[in-house]
Amino acid sequence: MFRDALLVLNKDLRVEARSRIALNQILPFALLVLFLFAFALDPSRGVLERATAGLFWLAVLFCVVLGVGRAFALESGDGVIDALRLSGLDPAGLFLGKAGALFVQLVALELVLTLGVVVFYGAALHSVALLLVAGLLATAGLAAAGTLYGALAAGLRVRETLLPLLFLPAVVPVLIGATRAYESALADQSGEGWPWCNLLAVFAAVYVGTGVLAFGPLMEET
Amino acid sequence: MSEPHPPVSPDPEPTIRLRGAVALLGSFPALAGIDLEVGAGEVVVLRGPNGAGKSTLLRACAGLVPVVEGEATVLGVDLLDRPRDVRPLVGMLGHGAGLYDELTVAENVRFWTRARGADPRRAEAAMASFGLAGRLASVGAARLSAGQRRRVALACLVAHDAELWLLDEPHAALDADGRALVDQLVAEAAAVGTTVLLASHEVDQVSGFGPRVVTIAGGIVVEDRPAPQRPSPTEAARVP
Repeated sequence: MFRDALLVLNKDLRVEARSRIALNQILPFALLVLFLFAFALDPSRGVLERATAGLFWLAVLFCVVLGVGRAFALESGDGVIDALRLSGLDPAGLFLGKAGALFVQLVALELVLTLGVVVFYGAALHSVALLLVAGLLATAGLAAAGTLYGALAAGLRVRETLLPLLFLPAVVPVLIGATRAYESALADQSGEGWPWCNLLAVFAAVYVGTGVLAFGPLMEET
Repeated sequence: MSEPHPPVSPDPEPTIRLRGAVALLGSFPALAGIDLEVGAGEVVVLRGPNGAGKSTLLRACAGLVPVVEGEATVLGVDLLDRPRDVRPLVGMLGHGAGLYDELTVAENVRFWTRARGADPRRAEAAMASFGLAGRLASVGAARLSAGQRRRVALACLVAHDAELWLLDEPHAALDADGRALVDQLVAEAAAVGTTVLLASHEVDQVSGFGPRVVTIAGGIVVEDRPAPQRPSPTEAARVP
């Protein structure tokens, strides 16, 4: 399983390194979203400062939707999906590889978005440890959930519009937990933020476990 | 090229045994009660009009299309019960090349070779066999012509060294040299005991492969006969 996961992870990251879709399209889109939020909300009333954590994670969610769509568009062309089925790759390994590649790309995007909120919103990063732990746990959950729902939507003709409808409601717990943790970190009240990491860890574990078990049957439906 | 497969025992199990096999695409019976038996090391050509069920038969044998009725055994695997178990055992060349456009030729062949659990050195040998080892190895798959993509797909097939090959229109998009290479490939595979089931509209092209041509229409076998033999050069010269 892990050998197959590493093979798929390397393949997906190599494809991204060549195509640079995340770098040239998804990242600019996410930065644009942050930028537009800054215009839409009045910074002088402190609204922007209070909403920074939530806006950050909303931008991340939009990135996930685009990234998942891209991850499965890779497999939809020219008989690739049949070749994957025939390959004998462990479906659990395939899931972990694709989720892992998505995780790596999201972490890279979030690092840039973090710079974005510092520059556009004037956010101060008080508790870096909490930001890191909450960020990694939330990203793991989002990558796992996104990969799972991406597989669910992949076999459908309306997958581009169906994926957000399926995925976004399911990740509300991540949005809540990550936002609360980040609010605490940015407000230098990390004691209130750490318990939210438990929720994020449970969410990540549930979706990784579900993905490992369910990805095989989902691939058969594609 | 390939290691010979184990010698066939006096009373061997057929590589493919289908008895009244029914396979559905949605609710449509694309295979409507196929009866077909293919022995180990045989080369069988499938022919028939478009929509006859040739591709579906190949995909069913690969475990990609579920067989819902009848009896269907491929390489000892019951397709009604465990279709996924047959997939690692077969090599299939479908309509699509199965390539990632962003990866190079070499990266694609190596990826699929590793994905199949085959020896990575087979990837290099396969690329060399198909003239893909030189300049083309570093070309992105998106920039290949249809014929070149077909060659890469064939290289991936050869690198896997399966016991059963399922080839869907293997000559499609290939130039004369490519077609000759496929012919040679199938002949060599059969010589080492690989079973080959191939669908082709070009019966004349494939008639030198082996003794059987199976005609399919409406999802069933309507004819199963020896292939028409190509005239020898001497015979061809006698024709006025």
